Amino acid sequence: MTGAEPAAGSPVAEKDIVAFVYAEARLLDERRYEDWLDLFAEDGRYWIPAEWDQTDPAMQPSLLYEDRFMLDVRIRRLRGVRTYSQKPNSRCVHVLQQPSVEAMDDAANSYRTWTPFHYVETRGDEREYFNGWARHDLMLEGGALKIRLKRVDLVNLDAPFGNIQLFM
Amino acid sequence: MQAPYSRYRNDPDAIRALVRPREVHRDVYIDDEVFELEREHLFANTWVYAGHASQAPDPGDFITCEIGGKPLLISRHTDGEIYVNYNRCAHKGTRIAGEACGNAGKMFRCPYHGWAFRTDGSLLSVPLRKGYDGTGFEDMPMGRGLAPVKNFRVYRDFIFVKLNDGGPDFESFFGDSLSTIDNMVDRSPEGRLILEGAPLRYMHRCNWKMLVENQTDTCHPMVAHESSAGTAVKVWKETGRNDRHPAIELLAPFTSTYKFYEEFGIRVWPNGHGHTGVTNSIHADYSEIPGYWEKMADAYGEERAKAILGDIRHNTVYFPNIMVKGPIQTLRVFLPLAADRTLVESWTFRLAGAPDQLFARTLLYNRTINAPTSIVGHDDLEMYERIQTGLRADGHEWVNVQRLYEDGEDLDEAIVVNGTSERQMRNQFNAWVRFMTQSMTRGMSPAGIAANPAPAAGAERPVAR
Repeated sequence: MTGAEPAAGSPVAEKDIVAFVYAEARLLDERRYEDWLDLFAEDGRYWIPAEWDQTDPAMQPSLLYEDRFMLDVRIRRLRGVRTYSQKPNSRCVHVLQQPSVEAMDDAANSYRTWTPFHYVETRGDEREYFNGWARHDLMLEGGALKIRLKRVDLVNLDAPFGNIQLFM
Repeated sequence: MQAPYSRYRNDPDAIRALVRPREVHRDVYIDDEVFELEREHLFANTWVYAGHASQAPDPGDFITCEIGGKPLLISRHTDGEIYVNYNRCAHKGTRIAGEACGNAGKMFRCPYHGWAFRTDGSLLSVPLRKGYDGTGFEDMPMGRGLAPVKNFRVYRDFIFVKLNDGGPDFESFFGDSLSTIDNMVDRSPEGRLILEGAPLRYMHRCNWKMLVENQTDTCHPMVAHESSAGTAVKVWKETGRNDRHPAIELLAPFTSTYKFYEEFGIRVWPNGHGHTGVTNSIHADYSEIPGYWEKMADAYGEERAKAILGDIRHNTVYFPNIMVKGPIQTLRVFLPLAADRTLVESWTFRLAGAPDQLFARTLLYNRTINAPTSIVGHDDLEMYERIQTGLRADGHEWVNVQRLYEDGEDLDEAIVVNGTSERQMRNQFNAWVRFMTQSMTRGMSPAGIAANPAPAAGAERPVAR
């Protein structure tokens, strides 16, 4: 862990933050997308940059930069009866390196982690393999940790991909 | 892949027989030999998009690409002009530039033996040159430098290349279809486009022509995209919100009715070009971007600015393999890799002198519709891949393109038709036959020699000293 020690009386412990990141990935692996969506803050965002060292999600090309509403659309689509690209359904597994807590700032209500990961998305006979780093920018909302921004940087983000239908 | 015997090579009649007025044979999509012949003939006989000059603004800048499997090197020389050469060292064949784009400085230096070429491709120097004294070096083609591509044209910064010598010149090939590029460029208050940002690259396990046909297929959105655009609209209604969500603004028009598409029209041009959305389009009802109109009116005058922005044409196919969206400033390139493999690169343009917010919408459109993470893309790719495997079925060997077919239709006529017509697909296949067979001679001559003379042969370049 590289983060500073939390101050005495901090509303959140480092181990809670680490546990949150693991739990988040598990919800995706278990296809509990609605529960996963609940982890996002009201103005939370999910971002996959399309350029290396990208600084701006909207003025530079991104693969994804979704608000809660569009994440909900995606989830509802995955469950839709006329979603033919989900016949059969996709499945995924996340393998995370232990999240590193990069910042714990109670005053700013800001907690950040960095997590190298491997991710596999399968559908039918096909299996796609992705690798990268997830950055979680978390906050406390109503006493619970919520995602302000989940940023996923793929190591080969400039390579061509087939369908990526689930969430990394 | 080597076919057990050759069914199409050196047989233009066999190629012609693949296309009938109302249907095309499945081999145009699934046959490996037809695919190889497309690379040798179709992509050599047509004016193929190679890159955008804004990617190489300064001397020494270069772009690399492949056309018909041939590696090309596009560079900006010290004279300010664009040059196109084959990306192959004149010496041993090393690909001289290895990256998609970059700056070579004053010269391209081969990383193998250090042969150096000026940024127009001419030979600059050879290490230990004396070893070639008295060997007739000057008489060898390599003594001139990189092999130039003679036929290329930079049209309003769009670089098109024709590898073979025969066939129509640039203006005859594109004709009035260039009006789409004109309109997109004119949408910049400065009359200039800047290709900006990495392309979104999306691998498709299907034939490239399915993607090209889909650009003017107006009878699929309400069906195939019910799961994406349809769901988005439904979920939006449930929120009860009255504001405009930027992604919904782009997605909702995909749910337009058959009537909408029937009425908006398709315009076809000779040589396989055409566009959807003549009188209306899914891009017609976007929110105004603050400050943009004022800049356009200042630059062009109100009447002309209104005319430019009032042209809301939807998808323009430039045959063989690109699609341009003027009102949203995107370019999609359908790169054929194999009969069943296509790389789609979707590029975004910034309109020079226009507000940032316009470019932000272009980027939003690109990732919402064209990315490998796009729910709209997921719908489409599923269909293409199902076609690619479905076509192996026997029983029906032909793919139907006869919607609103008319007996005796002249596909070399520029015409506006009902927006659900498949006339543009028939137009593409008419052009496909023309440019597949243009350089194909009947007989048993080995591939690549008699049937397809090396395009660089005879290209003039002064011998370097």
